[in-house]
Amino acid sequence: MSEGRDEVHAYTIRLELVDEPGELLRALHPIADNGGNLLSIFHERGNLTPRGHIPVEVDLEATPERFDTIVEALRDAGVNVIQAGAERYSEEVTVLLVGDLVQTDLSNTLSRIQEGTDASVTDVSLSAPEGTENGSSARLRLAIQSGEADAVLDSVREVAAEKDLRAIEPLAAGGEA
Amino acid sequence: MRVAVLGAGDVGRSVAELAGEYGHTVTALADSSSAVADPDGIDVAAALDRKHEEGQVGTAAPDAALDGAYDVLVEATPTTLEDAQPGFGHVRTALERDRHAVLANKGPVAERYDELRELEAASEGSVRFEATVAGAIPVLSTVEDYGPGHINAARGILNGTANFILTRMAAEGLGYEHVLAEAQDMGVAEADPTFDVEGIDAALKCVILANVLAEGERTYHLDDAEVEGITDVPGSALDLAHEDGRTIRLVGEITGDAVRVGPRLVPEQGDLAVGGTTNIVQLETENAGRLNLSGRGAGGPETATAVLSDVGRLPDL
Repeated sequence: MSEGRDEVHAYTIRLELVDEPGELLRALHPIADNGGNLLSIFHERGNLTPRGHIPVEVDLEATPERFDTIVEALRDAGVNVIQAGAERYSEEVTVLLVGDLVQTDLSNTLSRIQEGTDASVTDVSLSAPEGTENGSSARLRLAIQSGEADAVLDSVREVAAEKDLRAIEPLAAGGEA
Repeated sequence: MRVAVLGAGDVGRSVAELAGEYGHTVTALADSSSAVADPDGIDVAAALDRKHEEGQVGTAAPDAALDGAYDVLVEATPTTLEDAQPGFGHVRTALERDRHAVLANKGPVAERYDELRELEAASEGSVRFEATVAGAIPVLSTVEDYGPGHINAARGILNGTANFILTRMAAEGLGYEHVLAEAQDMGVAEADPTFDVEGIDAALKCVILANVLAEGERTYHLDDAEVEGITDVPGSALDLAHEDGRTIRLVGEITGDAVRVGPRLVPEQGDLAVGGTTNIVQLETENAGRLNLSGRGAGGPETATAVLSDVGRLPDL
């Protein structure tokens, strides 16, 4: 996964700001100063967080490395970061399922995979050229938390084994050559 | 060195034919039912002609080779599992006679590694087996040079037949059975392809590599490997992988103390997506990053070069 370090990803950061003039601008400086590209700002002036602050959602683009620096810089500047995109789904893993996908209830298979882990299925492609017989395949893209790939793949394997499906996994992190 | 060759298949024949070129003398050659032996060197060409015409390399009993005069015994009989006989017994005899043994037969190294090392420890002779992992590719001698302790993980494409089938299925959109039949016509797959397509051959090679990497801390057997083959990989799976810039390869992996062989998703343009019958081994080294070793992983002359480079590394007795 190391080649992903130079790729630009989209991230969402949730901040909470004190209701004082200039606070929003102060919060955006660390993003711009550290190479983040602002995409949108959603400033919920009407709402208050439980602590009585104003929630702000910022979408931005950055490389993973710069994103880490941005979050750090925000915290250094005293801005309260509620949730940073990278902490939720920071990795993606693609896995193929092969076998009698339709008869074994693909949508149930997908929800089982999501229930068993914190993974989120973001994309599914199905190919069943030979009808519903063995030989149909599905490609799943899963958004997962950093470092969770092994656990998620274990869970995929478990669900697949139960339904007599075959999971074709990517190589573990570091193995993508 | 004086070399006795057991096994007159592709590898054994090539070893006998090429030994002279590497400065060695073939003093015996045996197939499953006969042998020819001469302490001053046999006539290799005549023995192979006889094998071709009459089905036997010589007129002596097979044991004449094993009990004859040699410095190194080359064990190139077919790989057998579990007790790994008769290959294991051949190597035992050579070591008990304080002779060297070089194996192209994977059985004894994958199934009885600790016993092999014990026999070696009690013998003046040494055991080498470069040819058992990835044919012509110098995987084990590279591991030896780096020091197994400086290698954290290894993975690779270790079966040319399975790789050929997956490559053709992806390129031509053909089904498994069709490509297998084609591979058999071309001589890339054997009449009984079970060992190759069920992942057993790749697993044996991984187990051998795992044994070398473990440096005696533990011993691996075929049973310790998690093995899946490619027989139920449908064309539709290769299509879906391709749409995503990936392909499927039968990958063998050694990480920590797990040995695993199975079809895996790899980047289509990545190093592991070698085409045709090519093999590749990736070593993750502690201090030098990743090493990719690729080349021909099977074939008579190719595997014979690995056997003969082992012979060249042996000390004089």
